[in-house]
Amino acid sequence: MVVRGGWRVKLLHLWLPLGFALAFTLFPFYWMAVTSIKPNSELYNTQMMPLLVHNPTLKHYIDLFTETPFLLWTWNTMLVAVVSTAISLVLGVMLAYPLARINFPGSALIAIGVAGSYLVPQPLLFIPMADIINKMRLGNTLTSVMLTYPTLLVPFCAWLLMGYFKTVPHELEEAARIDGASHFQAMWRIVLPLCTPGFISAGIFAFTLAQNEFLYALIFLTKSTVRTVPVGAIAELIRGDVFYWGQLMAAALLGSVPVAIIYSFFVEHYVAGLTAGSVKG
Amino acid sequence: MTALPSGSAIALEARRLPRFRIKEGTAFGWAMVALPLLFLLAFVGYPFVYGIWLSLEDRSIAQSAIFIGFGNFLNDINDAVFWQVVRNTFIYTIVATVLKAAGGLGLALVMNQNFRFKNLVRAFVLLPFIVPTVLSTIAWMWILDPAFSVINWILIYLGGAPPGPSWLGNPYLAMGSVIVVNTWRGLPFYAITLLAGLQTIPGDLYDAATIDGTDAWQRFRYVTLPLLQPVLLIVTLFSLIFTFADFQLVYVLTRGGPANATHLFATYSFDIAMTAGQLGHGASVALAMLPPLALLIVALTIYMRRQ
Repeated sequence: MVVRGGWRVKLLHLWLPLGFALAFTLFPFYWMAVTSIKPNSELYNTQMMPLLVHNPTLKHYIDLFTETPFLLWTWNTMLVAVVSTAISLVLGVMLAYPLARINFPGSALIAIGVAGSYLVPQPLLFIPMADIINKMRLGNTLTSVMLTYPTLLVPFCAWLLMGYFKTVPHELEEAARIDGASHFQAMWRIVLPLCTPGFISAGIFAFTLAQNEFLYALIFLTKSTVRTVPVGAIAELIRGDVFYWGQLMAAALLGSVPVAIIYSFFVEHYVAGLTAGSVKG
Repeated sequence: MTALPSGSAIALEARRLPRFRIKEGTAFGWAMVALPLLFLLAFVGYPFVYGIWLSLEDRSIAQSAIFIGFGNFLNDINDAVFWQVVRNTFIYTIVATVLKAAGGLGLALVMNQNFRFKNLVRAFVLLPFIVPTVLSTIAWMWILDPAFSVINWILIYLGGAPPGPSWLGNPYLAMGSVIVVNTWRGLPFYAITLLAGLQTIPGDLYDAATIDGTDAWQRFRYVTLPLLQPVLLIVTLFSLIFTFADFQLVYVLTRGGPANATHLFATYSFDIAMTAGQLGHGASVALAMLPPLALLIVALTIYMRRQ
C-alpha cells in the first residue's frame, strides 16, 4: 500500500503510530541503560527528574564484575547455548533430512511426533524432569542443562530444516546417486551445502532460545558457580528484600548484548526462521 | 519463546520422481532418525509419562511414594486457589492474546508502507522478542517499582496525587501489569509475521478493489483480512499455547502475588513442587493444563500438516 496525500496524512498514518510503537518497544531498554549508570544518590531520590542522568558513573558495572560472579555466569550461559545449539543442529538434521526427502514407512508418524514434542510446553515437563535429573545425579552441573535444552531446540530445528530440505530438487540428489554416491554422500556433499541459510536461521533461533531459557536453569543450577545470567541475576542480585537496582540493570543490559549483537548481524535469517511455515511466498 | 517451524519456507516445490531403491532408503532413513528419536523419547516422551505417574502419587522430595490414584486431582478440585489459578490463566491468556493480535496487526499495517529505514525499524521492533525474557522483565520490575516507578513519577509530575498506584501490589493492577508486559514481549512476533503475510498479498487486488469504488475499510475487510487469515490463525494458535503455559514473566514480576492474584498454572505448580516439595501434587496442577492445551496442540498439528 502506498500512502497518498501530503505530509499530514503521512504523519497521521505512519510516523505517529510508528513513533508510539517504537517508544513502547524501546523504553525498557533505555531505562535499563539509564538506570545502570546512575549513582545510588540519584536512583533513590524521588525529587530528581529520573529520565536523565545527572552524574553518570560506572560503579554498578565495576561492582557487578568485582562483587558477583557475573563474568562466570556469562561464560556458563555462552557455553551452554553454544553446546546445546550444536547438539540440536546435528540431531535436527538427522531427523529432518529423512523426513523431508525419503518417504519411508513410519516417517509420517515420526513427523507428527516431532511437531507434538515441539508444542508440549516446558511447564508440563519440569517436575518429572527435576526428579530425573536428580536421580541421574546431574544437579548443579552444566551437563544437566546441555542435555535438557536440546529437548526444546531439536524439534524446532528439525521443523525449520525440513522446510529448507524440501526445496532442493530431487534431480540433484539423483544425479549424484547415479554417479555412484551413497545416500549419505549425496546428502553431505549436495543437499546440505545448499541449505546453509536454513542452518543459519535454525542456529540463531536455537541460540536465542537457549539464552532465554530460565525454568530448567532455575531448578537444576542452585550453586553460584554453575549459574547462567538470568538465574544468577534473579537469585543473587536480589537478596531478600534488597534489590541492587543499579547492578540488576547493568546485568540485564550486558546479558542482552550478546544476543542483540548476533541478532543484528543476521536479522534477515532470523525473520526468515520466524515467518517460515506460516507465510507462503 | 515461540517460533514457527517450517513447512513451506520457499515457494520452490520439488518435483516428485519415483524413488531409488526403496529398501535402501528405508534403512538410511531409520539409521538417521534413530538417535534423535531415542533422545526425544528419553527426554520428552518419558518425562511426560512419568509426570502422569507422579500426579497419581503422594510424593514429597526425599520420601518414598504412595500411590493415591486421583487423590491429588480431588485435592485440586476442592482447592479455592486452584480455581483462582484457572481463572487467572484464562484471563491472562485471552486478554494478552487479543492485545497482541490487535496491536500486532495494527503495527504490521503501519509498517506495510514505504518509508525510510524500514529494515532498521523492523530490527528494533523485534528486540523485545529476542532479548532474554527474564532480563527484560527485570527492567519492567523496576519500571513498576512501588517506590521508584518512573510511571508514577510522570503521573505525579502531571498532577497526580503521590505516591501513585501500586502496580504490582494491587491484585487488579498486578494482573493488568503482567498482561501489558506479556503484550510488550509478544507483540513483535505477531507484527513481523503478519507483516510478512501482508507482503505476499498482490497489489493488483487493492488496485482492482479501488477501481470498484471501495473505501479503505472495505479493502481491509474484504481483501486484507481474508488473505491474512491463515497466517493470523497459525500465529494465534502458537501464541495461545505459549501464553497459556507462561512461567518466566510472572515468576519474575510477581511470583504469583499479591495473594495469588497473578498465579498461573506453571507458577502455582512450581510453588507446590519446588518450594513446598510436593512433587505429586505439583504434577497434578501442571497436568490440569493438558486438556485445553491438547485441543490447541492437536488443532495446530493438523493445520500444519495440511498446509
